[in-house]
Amino acid sequence: MEVLKTFPLGQYIPGNSLLHGISAKAKIIVSFWLIIIIFLLKLNFYSYLLFFFLILLGILLSSLPINYFVRSLKPVYFLVLFTFIIHFFFGEEGGRVYFRYGIIHITDNGIKMALFMSLRLIYLVLITSLLTLTTSVLELAQAIEDLLKPLNFVKFPVHEFSMMMTIAIRFVPTLLEETDKIIKAQKARGAEFGKGNLISQAKSLLPIIIPLFINAFRRANELAEAMEARCYRGAKGRTRYRVSRWTIKDLVFLTIGILYPILLLVFF
Amino acid sequence: MALISLKNVQYIYMEKTPLEREAIKDISLDIGKGESIGIIGKTGSGKSTLIQLISGLLYPTQGEIFIKDRDIKKWNSKELCKIIGIVFQYPEYQFFAETVFEEVAFGPRNVGIPDEELENCVREALTTVGLSYEEIKDRSPFNLSGGEKRRLAIASILAMNPEVLILDEPTANLDPKGKVEIMNYINKWVQSRNKTLILVSHDLDEIIRTVKRVIVLKEGKIIFDGPIEKLFLNYEKIEEAELELPEILKLRKVLEDKGYPLEGAFTVHEIVERIVAFKEHISIWKS
Amino acid sequence: MIQLRNVSYVYHEGTTQEKVALKDVNIEIPSPSFLAIIGANGSGKSTFARLLNGLLIPTHGDVIVDGLNSKDFENLWEIRKKVGLVFQNPDNQIIGMTVEEDVAFGCENLGLPPKEIEERIDFALKSVGMEEYRKYPPHLLSGGQKQRIAIAGILAMLPKYIVLDEPTTMLDPKGRKEIMGVVKKLYKEEKTSIILITHHMEEVVWADRIAVFNKGEIVLEGSPKEIFMKDEKLEEWGLSVPLVTKLSKCLVERGFKIPHPILTIEELSTWL
Repeated sequence: MEVLKTFPLGQYIPGNSLLHGISAKAKIIVSFWLIIIIFLLKLNFYSYLLFFFLILLGILLSSLPINYFVRSLKPVYFLVLFTFIIHFFFGEEGGRVYFRYGIIHITDNGIKMALFMSLRLIYLVLITSLLTLTTSVLELAQAIEDLLKPLNFVKFPVHEFSMMMTIAIRFVPTLLEETDKIIKAQKARGAEFGKGNLISQAKSLLPIIIPLFINAFRRANELAEAMEARCYRGAKGRTRYRVSRWTIKDLVFLTIGILYPILLLVFF
Repeated sequence: MALISLKNVQYIYMEKTPLEREAIKDISLDIGKGESIGIIGKTGSGKSTLIQLISGLLYPTQGEIFIKDRDIKKWNSKELCKIIGIVFQYPEYQFFAETVFEEVAFGPRNVGIPDEELENCVREALTTVGLSYEEIKDRSPFNLSGGEKRRLAIASILAMNPEVLILDEPTANLDPKGKVEIMNYINKWVQSRNKTLILVSHDLDEIIRTVKRVIVLKEGKIIFDGPIEKLFLNYEKIEEAELELPEILKLRKVLEDKGYPLEGAFTVHEIVERIVAFKEHISIWKS
Repeated sequence: MIQLRNVSYVYHEGTTQEKVALKDVNIEIPSPSFLAIIGANGSGKSTFARLLNGLLIPTHGDVIVDGLNSKDFENLWEIRKKVGLVFQNPDNQIIGMTVEEDVAFGCENLGLPPKEIEERIDFALKSVGMEEYRKYPPHLLSGGQKQRIAIAGILAMLPKYIVLDEPTTMLDPKGRKEIMGVVKKLYKEEKTSIILITHHMEEVVWADRIAVFNKGEIVLEGSPKEIFMKDEKLEEWGLSVPLVTKLSKCLVERGFKIPHPILTIEELSTWL
């Protein structure tokens, strides 16, 4: 219960590395750009290797132990394996045929695709991990608000959207703690969860879900009051305490992050 | 045979993670039938972990807990509910039923009390906490007043008729009158049925008025376990546990410093009697 | 000065759930002053708090803050700037993900430049003794610390009046002491007007004036000494007097020559 209070939000690992110090906006832009590039990358050994150097550079700049990144791959091990097997045994025809039996066939092209498709997945995960491990959720939320600002012109409620996100994230530890309390309290009244058929299982969850919802509404209500009491009235006339400005560091990061992959695309 | 027995119990939260924290360190403890026990300690001293261990909601990392001489892990959870009832802090935040009747009947129904006995059971529990069954049974638990909600939440545990009643800050957030009322209802129920009571509270004045034995926790260890009079013989243990002295003892301490013999006086009335007696004694002695 | 003239507040007016929370309340709160509001659960104290800063608008009557009537929608913004409100539950009034973000929230709403916000955060955190926790995420703090952050968030907006709606009810004795220390300091050093709503009698002995609420009405108003004289009345309204006051009363009844009522232990010890 108390422990949940110290539960880390997201994957963020605080630190003072070069990558931690880059503005979240720049990191988001580069991450998105790299993700797009991955799908455009030509399927050859050199472009994948040179692309990996970029990721490796990111990992080095983050000063985080390598096992954080290995761990971040854990949820996708199966997916990577699955992709690999599908392409390996049932992949594209073409090139030399090593083996054929019924629908199973191992070919040059198949092996190549199996390798590159698996690498694509791994790269995707590594890039997002680099972003989330070095950027706090708050920084992310604010950066997203800044980046979405142009959408104000098409009447998209950017400020409200980002405020909602921030509050939702802020209440994650509180709600986790509350769920734990309610489960224990209902257990103390002899409730059992997850027994019997699907309907009785769902029904047994009501004593948890109902109080959780009611409390969430009560909290939302109180929070709204507290915000109003502090003169909140949306984005109108509001300033921001933390204004992020582009620094030379950010610009260098941005230039390398965008140009290097373009060069890769052009030359390989 | 002790009703509840803890042997070298240790509890670690999030074991083997960077967030590991030892909440309970090597606690041994026996609780007998009919005892009334107060557990005190500052926030984070392990009180809430300890009562969750006793009610089987957490299992010890090391050591053993016996309920009626049987390992707590071997008890079926529903059987255990009939022995140990626990009322958490702000219990009204766990309401979920549409009517007061259903809210109170939830526990008894879960532990297998037959439908034909339910009405009686609910009626009795509500009456115990001073709520009128006929008036309140069909109302929504969410539309009651603050004090009524708290009493209803307590009734929903009393309805299971547990042998041991554990209360975590049962009067938090209530006004002075509400506090006294609730404690009176609880005391009456405990005494008339010879139940065992475990009271966790920050309000040491409430502890003094309610229990006979106190357990003082500090950083997951017991630093005092004994009769309440003995705890307040000196103020060292209270200070060691970094607790605030109860108002009545702050009063007593100041008066004792002035030379009044007030040892063992725990109510305003007792203090007044002592002061009066002392003054008379002095004046006789002087004349 | 905040003036309430014949103020009534009815929840869900005109429905079956209609509930009169306040009836014909009249009170004047000068600035600076320390007013304590006491009353049992459900006596209308929280409604009163929300009327003072325009979160609720009276059903009948007027609330006037430094000449601004809360009925006029145009005035609400100014009123909330002048009257800060601290709520009971520290968890549900913290918006920021770090202490400084949270304290900044009100200032950001006021449209202040970042430089000034920075200065105000410094001042507010210092006033509540939480400077070292600037970068902390609030969910790692204790109840008392969270409540101090909530006070700092209000303080940073430099309000003339601070209304505290049962700020210590959900705290342990240590947290309670911390908050009362801050409140007393604000009144004495910053000359902020304090309106403290509570049912802890030990907390109100420091007030200049106490108003007692019962069933939506102000039933008694006066200095702490005047209020605590009426211990029987207070009990009738679901309240109590501090133990030391009970003791002094008993002693007076037994013929001791000490003044009554006595409000603090220190005071008692000078007399015996």
